Amino acid sequence: MNDKVLMRGTHIIGETAVRSGCRFYAGYPITPQNELTEYMAGAIAKLKDGTFIQAESEIAAVNMVIGASMAGARAMTSSSSPGISLKQEGISFLAAQELPAVIVNSMRGGPGLGNIAPTQGDYFQATRGGGHGDYRCIVLAPAYSQELADITRRAFEYADRFTTPVMILIDGMMGQMMEPVVFPEPIDPRELPPKSWVLDGAKGRPSRIIKSLILDVVKEEEHNWKLYRKYENIKKEIQEAETYLTEDAKLVVIAYGTAARIAKGAIKRVRDIGLKVGLLRPLSLWPFPRRILDDTSRFVKEFLVYEMNTGQMVEDVELALKRSSEIHFYGRPGGIVSTPDEIAKVITSLYYRRHLEED
Amino acid sequence: MTAQLVFKRPRYLKKTVFHYCPGCGHSIIHRLVAEVIEELGIGEITIGVPPAGCAVLAYDYFDVDMGEAPHGRGPAVATGIKRMLPDRIVFSYQGDGDIAAIGTAETIHAANRGENITVIFVNNSCYGMTGGQMAPTTVVGQESTTTPGGRDIKRDGAPIDLSEMLALARGSVYIERTSVNSIKNIVKTKKALTKAFKIQMSGLGFSLVEILSPCPTNWKLSPLDSCKWIDETITQTFPLKVIKDETIKTEL
Ligand code: SF4
Repeated sequence: MNDKVLMRGTHIIGETAVRSGCRFYAGYPITPQNELTEYMAGAIAKLKDGTFIQAESEIAAVNMVIGASMAGARAMTSSSSPGISLKQEGISFLAAQELPAVIVNSMRGGPGLGNIAPTQGDYFQATRGGGHGDYRCIVLAPAYSQELADITRRAFEYADRFTTPVMILIDGMMGQMMEPVVFPEPIDPRELPPKSWVLDGAKGRPSRIIKSLILDVVKEEEHNWKLYRKYENIKKEIQEAETYLTEDAKLVVIAYGTAARIAKGAIKRVRDIGLKVGLLRPLSLWPFPRRILDDTSRFVKEFLVYEMNTGQMVEDVELALKRSSEIHFYGRPGGIVSTPDEIAKVITSLYYRRHLEED
Repeated sequence: MTAQLVFKRPRYLKKTVFHYCPGCGHSIIHRLVAEVIEELGIGEITIGVPPAGCAVLAYDYFDVDMGEAPHGRGPAVATGIKRMLPDRIVFSYQGDGDIAAIGTAETIHAANRGENITVIFVNNSCYGMTGGQMAPTTVVGQESTTTPGGRDIKRDGAPIDLSEMLALARGSVYIERTSVNSIKNIVKTKKALTKAFKIQMSGLGFSLVEILSPCPTNWKLSPLDSCKWIDETITQTFPLKVIKDETIKTEL
């Protein structure tokens, strides 16, 4: 079963979810991600122990996921930007109630209804919590088909391990693209380690409560610190980024997802004409891979952040590098997908300002 | 002569003092639900979903597994639990604002899908916990903190007949409106709850009991007058009756 297959991005996520023991999916139609919902409908229909529900709303879908997660299932929902806004109430509850779940956001143009073109406008929403309250979501950003599979598998593992919601950020382009992929081995959910907190009826044990209301301010403070300690632990454990041609680089582009693919194409072009430029591609957006940025900034003092928005991740880069380096930003919002040539021009103009004579 | 125990705490109520106001219907309804769970022998397979509102602390009282839902989302959360654990008994406990305003969509669609869950809908015609604002079920003319001079149809709209609407849903099996304002009605409510849970145990589909419940605090009436007011006023808008029963042909 481990042969390479050619599949579109959304289907890769769906197939990997099922192979990762996901037995509950609820979703609501919104472009661009409907193919994932449709794939889950078909894939779960083939299982004896799975449930697919086309919910009446994004809100209902995420709340069904809350219920399925309380019952111990690996559960997933997916949507695109405006729908993710609606799910934020539920995501805040998942975080507060410490329930695992996987949420896929195929980002589209915004704010408001925007359009269905690929963007990265939801970086703040995803990495800053999104819903109300002092919490974080683990946020993973794949850029290649194989990564869609690998990250989807990891997302379910992280969700269970840290009992917290995990978001996978993609866009319509990644959802549609077809590349070869090798799927991970299927997991039988019955063979996953038992969860000590599941609500399945208090048979032979005291009854359990899963809740987020904590009226006593001292206890609510302690709950927040408990979440904080968990997030600090996650920060230590999860720091994911790819570095590409950074060893000798004088300028490093920082980009994730589709933007990183474009940046890589641009870097190949400028390398051809001798510019020493590399790429740092965060895979975990929260936690932001600060350690990897730190390491890179020991050798590189100039960075270009490229995003498909007006500048969001650049704030995390600034925080991580504490202004020890020069940080430039280039972004196109609204669904404009730059070409590698366009980014190559931006890189070249920045590069020559400083490095022409040295080289 | 030895003393005989004739009244005791139901097995599935914890030894916790209710926080509900004196004369509040929630206390009676909690007891009835716990009694029914015990009598049907389902305490170890039941999962309850409490709401936001006065009954938000229901998980501190019911001694069964309880999973809190965001305001109005009880039927969606219950759906997720029930679908993954179809042999368990799942109920949501919801107030009128929870079920008939913010959670209308979740409720109607759970009923229409015929989710095999039981919904306990406590109708006290106001938002209790937040201090007595107009609920979707506040009756015409009823004073609330947001309907000065009483609910006015032109300004505030009419009260919503949620149970009647749910009866139209193809997936609902049993819907009854009862009250806990008299001994007779309490007995009827217990019967209705028993039936609703039995329907779920038989896998027949969506069951709901709407219970008219006194809120003396926000109605600014004594507990006894509150019970009277249900008879005299609320039942004029929300008559006590079996609204839908598809089990006639079965043994239930
Ligand atoms: S405010 Fe009303 S519903 Fe709430 S506990 Fe008091 S009497 Fe009961």
